[in-house]
Amino acid sequence: MTIHGVSLDIVQMVLITIVAAATPLMIAALGELVAERAGVLNLGVEGMMVLGAAAGFAVAVETGSTLLGALAGAGAGLALSALFGLLTVVLSANQVASGLAMTILGLGLSGLVGASYVGLKRDPAPHLSVPGLTDLPGLGGLLFGQDGFVYFAFALAAGVWWFLWRTRAGLILRAIGDDHTATHALGLQVRKVRVLAVLFGGACAGLAGAYLSLSYTSFWAPAMTAGRGWIALALVVFASWNPLRAVAGALLFGGATVLQLNAQAAGLGLPGQLLSALPYLATILALVLLSLGRRQGGSLAPAALGRVFTPHR
Amino acid sequence: MVPVVPPVRTEGPTPLFGAYGIVKRFGAFTANDGIDLEIRAGEIHALLGENGAGKSTLMKILYGLLEPTEGVVTHRGDVVRLAHPEAARALGIGMVFQHFSLCENLTVAENIALVMPKGLSGRTLKARIAEVGSTYGLHLDPDRPVWSLSAGERQRIEIIRCLLQNPKLVILDEPTSVLTPGEAELLFTVLERLRDEGRALLYISHRLDEVRRLCARATILRGGRVVWACDPRAETARSLAAMMVGVQVREVKPPSGVATGPERLVLSGLTLPAPGLHGTALDGVSLSVRGGEIVGLAGIAGNGQAELFDALSGETLAPEAGMVRFDGVASGRLGITARRRGGAGFVPEERNGHGAAPTLSLSDNAILSRHATAGLSRFGVLRRAAAKALARDVIAAFDVRKAGPDPAAGTLSGGNLQKYLMGREILAEPGILVVNQPTWGVDALAAAHIRQALLDLASRGAAVLVISQDLDELFEIAGRIAVLHDGTLSSPVPAAETTREALGLRMGGANPAEAAEGPVAGAPDHAREPAHAH
Repeated sequence: MTIHGVSLDIVQMVLITIVAAATPLMIAALGELVAERAGVLNLGVEGMMVLGAAAGFAVAVETGSTLLGALAGAGAGLALSALFGLLTVVLSANQVASGLAMTILGLGLSGLVGASYVGLKRDPAPHLSVPGLTDLPGLGGLLFGQDGFVYFAFALAAGVWWFLWRTRAGLILRAIGDDHTATHALGLQVRKVRVLAVLFGGACAGLAGAYLSLSYTSFWAPAMTAGRGWIALALVVFASWNPLRAVAGALLFGGATVLQLNAQAAGLGLPGQLLSALPYLATILALVLLSLGRRQGGSLAPAALGRVFTPHR
Repeated sequence: MVPVVPPVRTEGPTPLFGAYGIVKRFGAFTANDGIDLEIRAGEIHALLGENGAGKSTLMKILYGLLEPTEGVVTHRGDVVRLAHPEAARALGIGMVFQHFSLCENLTVAENIALVMPKGLSGRTLKARIAEVGSTYGLHLDPDRPVWSLSAGERQRIEIIRCLLQNPKLVILDEPTSVLTPGEAELLFTVLERLRDEGRALLYISHRLDEVRRLCARATILRGGRVVWACDPRAETARSLAAMMVGVQVREVKPPSGVATGPERLVLSGLTLPAPGLHGTALDGVSLSVRGGEIVGLAGIAGNGQAELFDALSGETLAPEAGMVRFDGVASGRLGITARRRGGAGFVPEERNGHGAAPTLSLSDNAILSRHATAGLSRFGVLRRAAAKALARDVIAAFDVRKAGPDPAAGTLSGGNLQKYLMGREILAEPGILVVNQPTWGVDALAAAHIRQALLDLASRGAAVLVISQDLDELFEIAGRIAVLHDGTLSSPVPAAETTREALGLRMGGANPAEAAEGPVAGAPDHAREPAHAH
């Protein structure tokens, strides 16, 4: 089946690649979004992601189970974020400095965990296969032939949106991110909610890393996240702390990545380095456009973001 | 904590809530030093004291925000531990905060939902907000974000949030400080009704007339101790104030004679579009303030006060330079610093965040507004010593109480920070001074100090424009009073020739001359109705 000479299957292949590139960004960004909505800026996403990639791959190789690998990846991210939460929320340390330390620590620890797994290769995570549906031309593979991470990422986006705007706990989380002094005065548990939000963000970052080593590439290489944690952080701002926009941003960034890869392969004559920078430039451009359209009054960002809360009693 | 047996010293029935031997120390500082307080059902109990007397600390202990170092709280005679506000709320204690405890980026309904029981649907909550709102005349749009609301509207959220929890004890911290007389009357009706329903109310106010009107018992704190417990109805406002501060409050000297100085501040047809969806447009505001006089601008919050202040200070530029004239100079298009250089001074409504940067020291805050007029920099380099000297002068001249030689502005109590900000501008000897809510949430002594300083400034030839919701204050200091309603300004009338009722009607948008013949004659209640329409 072709339209204007372009096979629908090729379009579908490109779309599948875009979704695959967007999935880790989506998962990590959604986790960070929840943490930032609670008022905690976690710059350690990159470190938690890369540790999740290493731990996830190691456990998957040892047990032969992708699911256990994914859980181990999330657990590794969670463990590192627990340290971050202890430092920033409980001990009121500076969030920026602690987050950067987590990234460096995560990169180092991941090298240690993954040292004996460099060069190993395993089968990628299994993909969904529904007889009759997956084989549908044009759409089947895109809708019904993805692996579990992809479906989870989209379910996560819907779940985070529902949680933040449709539940009482989500309201409390947003309120704490907006003004920790006022919410503390009302008797809400500022620190507890923030720690939980940080843990959720860390688990998501770890899971996003596990996706990279279990599905996206199905091998482990040191520092294989290649800055995706930082992109996820930028996406949260780009999405103005809205989970559905974070999905759109991740897909846009994934699209730009795939586009530049294809452009390099097609030999457009532009320097490869410039093309590699394209997704980042697109993100910066989107950020600028977004801040131009800022609304009057109030603030898009959670007002207490990055501010340390110390109750005295 | 040393266990303390509550002393049996109650007269009559067991109090609903009692606090005995309350001591609260923060490091070396003792905020509460052995306070006893009993609150009975069906009474409005006044808690009086200067800023820093320990009222807020005691309230926070009763609301479970702080735990006392020593002492116990009892409920119907049983010792209770209020470890957190939820425990206090479970016992039926509700709080109306003075410094609103609201999240700016959430809506009215969301802010209220934060403390409501689980499982309450948004629709039910909105219906209950509307119900309480119409019962008590506290109208609010539940879907508006808090950042778009005025101080008066924000307080309505606090009050509704408290009432929705059906409390047995309501703690009110300076509840009328942002209300107009009409709104305050309405609040008193609400409070009297709550009392008659058998609830207890703990009422903190600096307005002693209100306390004498509402409260049957008063506890007066000074320096963290109870210095007096009395029936405020048997006392005068002056005697209560004297007990509070330990010295006689000097009366503000009333303005004398008619100002004949030159026109120093002139607004001619100042018209500005509304700054946002919920802002107020200014429509042809004209006014002239002469040297030597204080003109008061009355009005309910949200009728253009903030917009007018911004247009005067230069935060918003007027469409034409000639619409704002300072000493004859067309200043409508000048920036803030240029206006200050021209001899104008400004004190905005919000102390923290607008008047002062709370995390900066007092001397740094002096630099922020005086850098161009007090020679605080040379070749772009700050002269810290000069800034510190200026801060010291202000602190000495205005009796600013603070901890440490040059503390962060945010660590001062509201009244002391306000005195500092007023002093910062007044010591510059401005020819024109514009002040928005000069004594909001400030205790009686500090308020008298600030008002006297404004009168003295005017008597030295300055033109002073005071925007205030407090009609008592305006009658005390202003020679002429104009009313701002929905962005339009009435022509000012001499304070001696008008009444609270006439001004109240204008604040509600009615013309007293017409109203006197119409069906609303003699009904000051109507003053508050139309103000909520927009």
